[in-house]
Amino acid sequence: MESKHPLEFLITWFIRLTGYSSIFFVVLILFFLVSEGLPALSEVSLDTLFSTRWYPIESYYGILPLILGSLVVTIGAMLIAVPFGIGTAVYLSEVARPMVREILKPLVEILAGLPSVMLGFLGIQVVSPFLREFLDLPTGLTAFAGSLLLGGIAIPTIVSIAEDAMNNVPQSYRQGALALGATRWQTMWGVTFPAARSGIITAIMLGLGRAIGETMTVMMVTGNAPIMPNSIRALFMPIRTMTATIASEMGEVAAGSIHYHVLFFIGIVLFLLALIVNITASWVSMRKQTHKERVLS
Amino acid sequence: MRFFHVICIYALLASLSACAVSGASAGAQVSPQPQTYLENKGSDTIVNLALAWAEKYQELHPEVRISVTGGGSGTGITALINNTVDIANASRKIKAEEIEEARKKGIEPVEFTIARDAIAVIVHPGNPVERLTLQQISAIYTGEINNWSELGGEDRPIVRLSRETNSGTHVYFLEEVIRLGDKADKTIFSADTLLLPSSEGIIAEVSSNPNAIGYDGLGYITSHVKMLAVAGKNSQEYTLPSIESVNAGTYPISRDLYMYTNGQPKGIIQEYLDWIHSSEAQEIVRELGFVPILETSD
Repeated sequence: MESKHPLEFLITWFIRLTGYSSIFFVVLILFFLVSEGLPALSEVSLDTLFSTRWYPIESYYGILPLILGSLVVTIGAMLIAVPFGIGTAVYLSEVARPMVREILKPLVEILAGLPSVMLGFLGIQVVSPFLREFLDLPTGLTAFAGSLLLGGIAIPTIVSIAEDAMNNVPQSYRQGALALGATRWQTMWGVTFPAARSGIITAIMLGLGRAIGETMTVMMVTGNAPIMPNSIRALFMPIRTMTATIASEMGEVAAGSIHYHVLFFIGIVLFLLALIVNITASWVSMRKQTHKERVLS
Repeated sequence: MRFFHVICIYALLASLSACAVSGASAGAQVSPQPQTYLENKGSDTIVNLALAWAEKYQELHPEVRISVTGGGSGTGITALINNTVDIANASRKIKAEEIEEARKKGIEPVEFTIARDAIAVIVHPGNPVERLTLQQISAIYTGEINNWSELGGEDRPIVRLSRETNSGTHVYFLEEVIRLGDKADKTIFSADTLLLPSSEGIIAEVSSNPNAIGYDGLGYITSHVKMLAVAGKNSQEYTLPSIESVNAGTYPISRDLYMYTNGQPKGIIQEYLDWIHSSEAQEIVRELGFVPILETSD
């Protein structure tokens, strides 16, 4: 790898530097989060921290309802986004005529670029009143409203990546299956879909990451009441998520106070959740690769 | 597409650096000018109002610089006692012991009412309930009353709406309504109270949801919701909130907002306080959701 030109050497180093810098920044962020968030563990007893009441201005620092609130909304969002997202991706890549696809794919990608505050606005004005009347709820500002909108936010991510993954499945796979007498549906479900599985799982995981980290929309439509979710009915009650809590309280909190440290501790919890999602995603796609290689050999 | 991105990034960088350059040169131009500095500190409730006033006043009088900081009414008054600020903001009256302490240090606090703060309790326009006592509102928000039929309304669940905990209005409502002004009372909001991040969120939900009850600064209330008449702690007289009833002191959920100076203000401080009482400055009071002082009441 002897570089002939000094410029080439420079460019190689520049690219290497940008690559390393992302690691550097993640480490810096992690360091900052930990140094600001871990003092919470010594200032607030674990019993308090994992209790069920969040009212920080009176020193109730129970983050359990916030963690569960985030999980309820995210699970609800994925229940909506996965079937719709994968369905759309399959339709776009396998069923739709090229012209339809040329129109639909950019539209889906525009959807991905919608500012979340706009969706939140839509949620307050349209979705939540509709849910209240349609499902006869006391209020429409519920976890379910958040799930619906977060689903909408996650769908374009899932569609875009899953569709790419299915497009990358070699045409010969499909031709082979059809030649063996498989129907179109059997080809789709039995050949293309499994072959693109790792990409599809990555798509779902990225969608999940998008949903769990989303802040503005959930802050506007979920009601932000820190209720402990205790049954399936929790989906139709107001909840408070971790992201909304950090966003709405960080601006006013005194730097270095207990409340400030607890908010950063919530940040650590979010970071860990994102880490788990990412590790799972890469673990699944790696495992799939070896499996695929075995099939091919 | 990629080319377009590159153009965008360059445009962004260019505009950023232009900002930095112009910012630096503006700083260089301003600094040699003669300046008068005013230090203004205190109540977090007033801090946004004080900032808005300071910005407007500096626009009108570029030779004056006003620095506004929050920290709480007590912090502001302590700073005045220590003679580190020119004007202290407070959302409560100065206490007798604070006046005493100030006099020991040769400071004479002079009080100015600069605006008023009132909280309106609001429901859906179709809700038949017209009036509530403070005790009833407290019982609603602590979770003791859960159905409108207990208050003479329809058989509907009550959905409680509140501003976020970082809002001064939230804290005021907690202290004066939920705890009825009792300092020893440690009651808090029922856990299922919806905490909405903005006034718009509260108005939007109350105007569309017949189950909802909410509260907000009087200045934020629109005609899409219905305000309730409220009776004070020890009275049976129900009063609707309005600029007049707040200024007359008959509406129970209201308070005066104050500024304190050391001795009768002179020079620039006096000019600033006079301007604050002008209709131009009081219009800003209205915009920020507080109640302007009526000329007649002074």
